[in-house]
Amino acid sequence: MTGKPVPVANPDSAVFWEACNEKRFLIQSCNSCGEKQFYPRALCKSCHSKDLEWQEVSGRGKVKTFTVVNHAPSPAFKADLPYVLALIDLEEGVRAMMNILDCDVADVHIGMDVELTFERRGKQYIPQAKPVSKG
Amino acid sequence: MKKAIITGAYDTDVGELPGSSCMGLHADAALGAIADAGLNKSDIDGVLCAYSFTEPHLMLSSVFCEYMGLQPKFNAAIVVGGATACIMVMQAASLVESGQCRNVLVVTGDNRLTGMAKGGAVATLAKVGHGQFEHPYGMSVPAAYALVATHYMNEYGVTSEQLASISVTAREHAMMNSKAHRQTPITIEDVLNSRMIASPLHVLDCCLISDGGAAIVVSAADSGGDRPKTSIEIMGTGQGHTHEHIMAAPSLSDFGCKQAARTAFERAGVTAKDIDVAEIYDSFTITLLVELESIGFFERGEAGPACLDGALKIGGRLPCNTHGGLMSYGHSGAAGGMFHVVEAVRQLRHEAEGRQVEDSQLAFVHGDGGILSAHCSLVLGRV
Ligand SMILES: [Zn+2]
Repeated sequence: MTGKPVPVANPDSAVFWEACNEKRFLIQSCNSCGEKQFYPRALCKSCHSKDLEWQEVSGRGKVKTFTVVNHAPSPAFKADLPYVLALIDLEEGVRAMMNILDCDVADVHIGMDVELTFERRGKQYIPQAKPVSKG
Repeated sequence: MKKAIITGAYDTDVGELPGSSCMGLHADAALGAIADAGLNKSDIDGVLCAYSFTEPHLMLSSVFCEYMGLQPKFNAAIVVGGATACIMVMQAASLVESGQCRNVLVVTGDNRLTGMAKGGAVATLAKVGHGQFEHPYGMSVPAAYALVATHYMNEYGVTSEQLASISVTAREHAMMNSKAHRQTPITIEDVLNSRMIASPLHVLDCCLISDGGAAIVVSAADSGGDRPKTSIEIMGTGQGHTHEHIMAAPSLSDFGCKQAARTAFERAGVTAKDIDVAEIYDSFTITLLVELESIGFFERGEAGPACLDGALKIGGRLPCNTHGGLMSYGHSGAAGGMFHVVEAVRQLRHEAEGRQVEDSQLAFVHGDGGILSAHCSLVLGRV
């Protein structure tokens, strides 16, 4: 069985994926119009300026929407079933797709507070979400 | 500007077709549509193809023309997922309206059921997800649509029963159509009890995987010929595009279908209320519900109860997917969207035997590609 997909960085995303390996999640902030964006691009999608700055996020966010996946798109995900696929709105105003780990799938709900965690995939860490730890 | 009309429409057998091939299905669909238009091979001066999973090629339309011995004046492949068929029709209309072509063959087909290993189509489709930022999370296409479904349920009170009723209606229509891939009766309970794929979508909330092909011929109204069948006018067309990846969709409530339909209605000089029959992309039950509300056929939150109440049935307020749609008639890649176009032509010609919407004059056809990403609408009318 082949393993789960490992993201392959390109020149747009190399900085992002290197930061993930240091357990940091970076978004891009536009020095020209102030817009923040994720996923990484070579330019600001709003004003097309290339004057972008990397910004580390707080790591907190909320579940915008989610699904509990019961049928895997490929054999690599079969062992994880059922798993949660979600769109997470980070505090900084950007949205990302993640799984929600370390929780009962029945407890996941829209608006749920989550925080970032990182899952190892081969030599790469990928960002994931988990319920906010208590206390 | 010349007027664009559909002179020929045809679809092959649909379902499990052992021994079929991608190009063979293209050829059968093309021959059927050309004959339906009362034309010959030599009359075709434009060709539009889509894409294939089983015989993928960088230049599919050139492969097809070579296979058929065609040397058209215009030839291109269009690849926009489930919006492809409608976009091809829109493009064909532009080609004849501008005088560049007289008769454009628009052809689709794939044998993604028998021509791929089990699970192959699902795995290939999952690649519409972003390679770095979605694919690693195990996003399938049903899971991506399920994200929208969860949002709609939470935001607008859509229920699983309402979604299930969309699937049941499609099946009821398929049972009136001897060509349909799936004709076993189903109930709302059957849908709710079917295997969960990605909550809240069950397997019976999802489209089929089928073999099949479909084609139409778009002609200039003044191109002459015998025209054995009633011609259908392409009255209005429109597109709307907001994103590719669901993580980047600007809204989870409204999508490009809103803009696409508005443009098509404006160009046709009609409104949603004037439509007699609608053939709308229904890759999942939620797909159709979102489109019905986003386009404006129903107010926000009203499509679900209306579907449950029979609004989409033949004889209902908006007869929809009268052939059985992608969920029960069949889904063969780009041909899936083309089945909707072919069915609209049949309804407007009043030749939809056993499932005819009485005296239909005006049809709306809609295609959706990606995760509600790319949209194209057509308004078709009986000339
Ligand atoms: Zn900017």
